[in-house]
Order: sequence, then C-alpha cells, then structure tokens
Amino acid sequence: MNLWDKTGISAVTPEHLVMWLIAGLFIYLAVRRNIEPLLLLPIGFTVLVVNMPLTGLTEVRGLLYYFYTYGLETDLIPCLIFLGLGAMTDFGPLIANPKTLLLGAAAQLGVYIAFFGSIALGFTIPEACSIGIIGGADGPTTIFTTNELAPHLLSATAIAAYSYIALVPVIQPPIMKLLTTKAERGIIMKQLRPVSRVEKVIFPLATSLVVCLLVPAAAPLVATFMLGNLFRESRVVERLTNAAQNELMNIVTIFLGLGVGSTMTAEKFLHWPVIKIYGLGLMAFAFGTAGGILFAQLMNLFLKEKINPLIGSAGVSAVPMAARVSQRLGQEANPKCYLLMHAMGPNVAGVIGTLLAAGTFIALAKALM
Amino acid sequence: MTNVYAPMIGKIVKINLKTGDKVEENQPVMILESMKMEIDVIAPVGGMIKEINVKEQQAVESDTVLAVIG
Repeated sequence: MNLWDKTGISAVTPEHLVMWLIAGLFIYLAVRRNIEPLLLLPIGFTVLVVNMPLTGLTEVRGLLYYFYTYGLETDLIPCLIFLGLGAMTDFGPLIANPKTLLLGAAAQLGVYIAFFGSIALGFTIPEACSIGIIGGADGPTTIFTTNELAPHLLSATAIAAYSYIALVPVIQPPIMKLLTTKAERGIIMKQLRPVSRVEKVIFPLATSLVVCLLVPAAAPLVATFMLGNLFRESRVVERLTNAAQNELMNIVTIFLGLGVGSTMTAEKFLHWPVIKIYGLGLMAFAFGTAGGILFAQLMNLFLKEKINPLIGSAGVSAVPMAARVSQRLGQEANPKCYLLMHAMGPNVAGVIGTLLAAGTFIALAKALM
Repeated sequence: MTNVYAPMIGKIVKINLKTGDKVEENQPVMILESMKMEIDVIAPVGGMIKEINVKEQQAVESDTVLAVIG
C-alpha cells in the first residue's frame, strides 16, 4: 500500500488530465499540421512530463528546474536567440527605405492597446506590460519582458506570442483587406536601391549606440541582436555567423522548449487570467496590423511616390511571416506587384520597435514597483 | 521586345515555359524562391518567349534579366 502511494497514478488530478490534453494538442499540431514544430514539439513533450505527478522535474534540484533557472530566469535564452536572429536578419531593405521605420513603430499600436486593455481587466501594471508586448509578435522579447516584470505569467505570454506568430497568415489578411481597396493593394513599388557593405556594418553599431543610450533597459536584447548582425555583415567571421544561425540557434531552441514547457504545470497554468491573456494577445495582433496599414495610408497623403499600404502590417514583426502575407495579398490584387522585399523594411523595423517598447515598459514599470 | 526582370534577390526553382512558347500577360513564367517563399514571376506583356536566360536552381540578383518576350 505504501508502494501505491509512491506511484504517480495515485496522485493524478483532473487538472493534470487537462494539461495532458494540451500537451497532446501541441504535439499533434507540430507533427500532423507542421505548425511551429521546432517549438511546439519540445514544449508539448515537456508539458506532458512536467504534469506527471511526483516526478519533481520542476522542483529545486529537478532536471527542468535548471533549464528554467539558468536559461530563462537569467534571460540567457532569449538573448542568445536574438544573437541568432541578428545573424539571420538583413537590414538592407530598411536601410534602403528608412521611412519604413515609421511603419514598424506604428504597428506597435497593438502593444499599447493590449496594455490598456490589460489594466482595464484588472491586471497590475507590470503584468499589463508583459501582456502588451505579446502584440510585438516577437517571442524572445516577450519572454525577456515577462521575466523581468511578471515571471509568474511567463508560460502564458510566451505561448500566446508564439501561437499568434504562427497564426499571422490567418489573423492578418481579413484585417488588411477590410482596411484597403483593391487598387491600393495593387500599388507597384519601385525596386529598392542596393545597399553598400559599409552602410550594413555601420547599421548595427549605430543602432546599438542609439538604443542603449535611449532605452538602457533594452540593452541585453539589442546588444545580442546587433552583435549577431555585425557577425553577418562584417563578412569576416563566417564561422561565427554560421554557428549563431545554425548550431547555437538550434541548441538554444531546445533549451527554450524545455524551459517554457517546464513552466506549464497544472498549478501554474490553469487559471482564468490565462484565457484573458489569450484574448488580449489576439487583440494586440489585430490592432498592430491595423495600426501599420492605417499609418501607411496616412503617409501616402504626403508622399509623392505612394507606398503600398499592405507593407504596413508587416511592421508587427513576426519575421518573415508578416512580410510573406504582404507579398501574397499584393500579388493577389495585382500580379505585377512584388512586395516581399519592401515589406521586410517595416518587418525588421518592427523588431526594433518592439525592443524599444519593451525597454520603455521595463524601465517605467520598475520605477513604479 | 520586353525583358522579364527578377523582382528581388532569390533562387529560380521552376521554369514553366520554354523558348518559343506563347505567353499571356500576367501568366507566371517562372517561380522564384526568396526568404523561403515561392513567388510567381509573371509576364509583364503577352507575346512569345524569345529567350530564357536562367536555369532552374540558379541564384539571381534583383533586376537580372530572366527572360525576353517578343
């Protein structure tokens, strides 16, 4: 009878069963639907095992405790992912057309709407900041911000951000079509000018300088992001660029899956606020998309050479999914319309916009805490 | 004679037509892969394919002349 008490079976609760179903759903989406498998597969499996009672995996000295404590709590994992992203990102389209930076800023509208929405629903200011950042459509920045301000919400905000990033091709098109006419969607944009190597090397240096001085709280993310980009654009450390893009990125992705999955225990995850966070996150994505499109239309009132408003929605980040959506809808409206590279400008600007918003939130919320 | 230009940097993954084929305006001439997305490169005008200057799997820069329609 003592032996029976020591098995996990005796300690299984209905909440555990619900988490098993969630784990099963993640694994199903990854394996059968190929939706974000690199994240959903390790997260799904981890959710399954951490919701086996009595294993102690997430307790102090448990295996997954270390992935969480050393990887996520220290911000190491989100920053290393940014190093890899920096090595993968080409800022050329943004440098060639710097006014798209404004679109990357406008598409942060969703962040602020979700922030005020969260306050209205009774979340505290640090919690509302973390929830708002979901609208930046940027996983590592969401994790970083939540970890700094409201670590108890980490699994909810991270999962919401990554799920909506995967759903960008579903969420954005109806909003984009609603706000634009077919003629606007078919606006042809002139090809971007080539960008020199010198400009591309100066960009990460100048961006680090400006962002670190303006918003010091965003320094860890911007520093790693721009270091990765400097590796890439300097073209003298190809080995490091490749390592950051491939091996390091892959290893850190596994650690991220284990760390985030380990926070999804029944006790921590199954609460009403999680549902609210999902709703607020969706709202953030929708308003971010609308903000980018509407601001592009506003810019067109003043610009002689019109921009296609469809590139505005790419400002929510979600690199490069949102830019692909712009390309698809543009060519649907006018086969001669190629927007992918034009949309990459606001797309990468959106990442920087989210970084700035996150840094500002962290500084302000910490001043209030 | 009208050139079909590469609309952006990428790789030609499929060529749908060959020299001598008739082509209509807005018909996809080839498929270009850029940022892991497949994009139709369409004929800017109707006519006949006079030249195809690229092979499948070839990497192209933006503005490369991919084909000529006459």
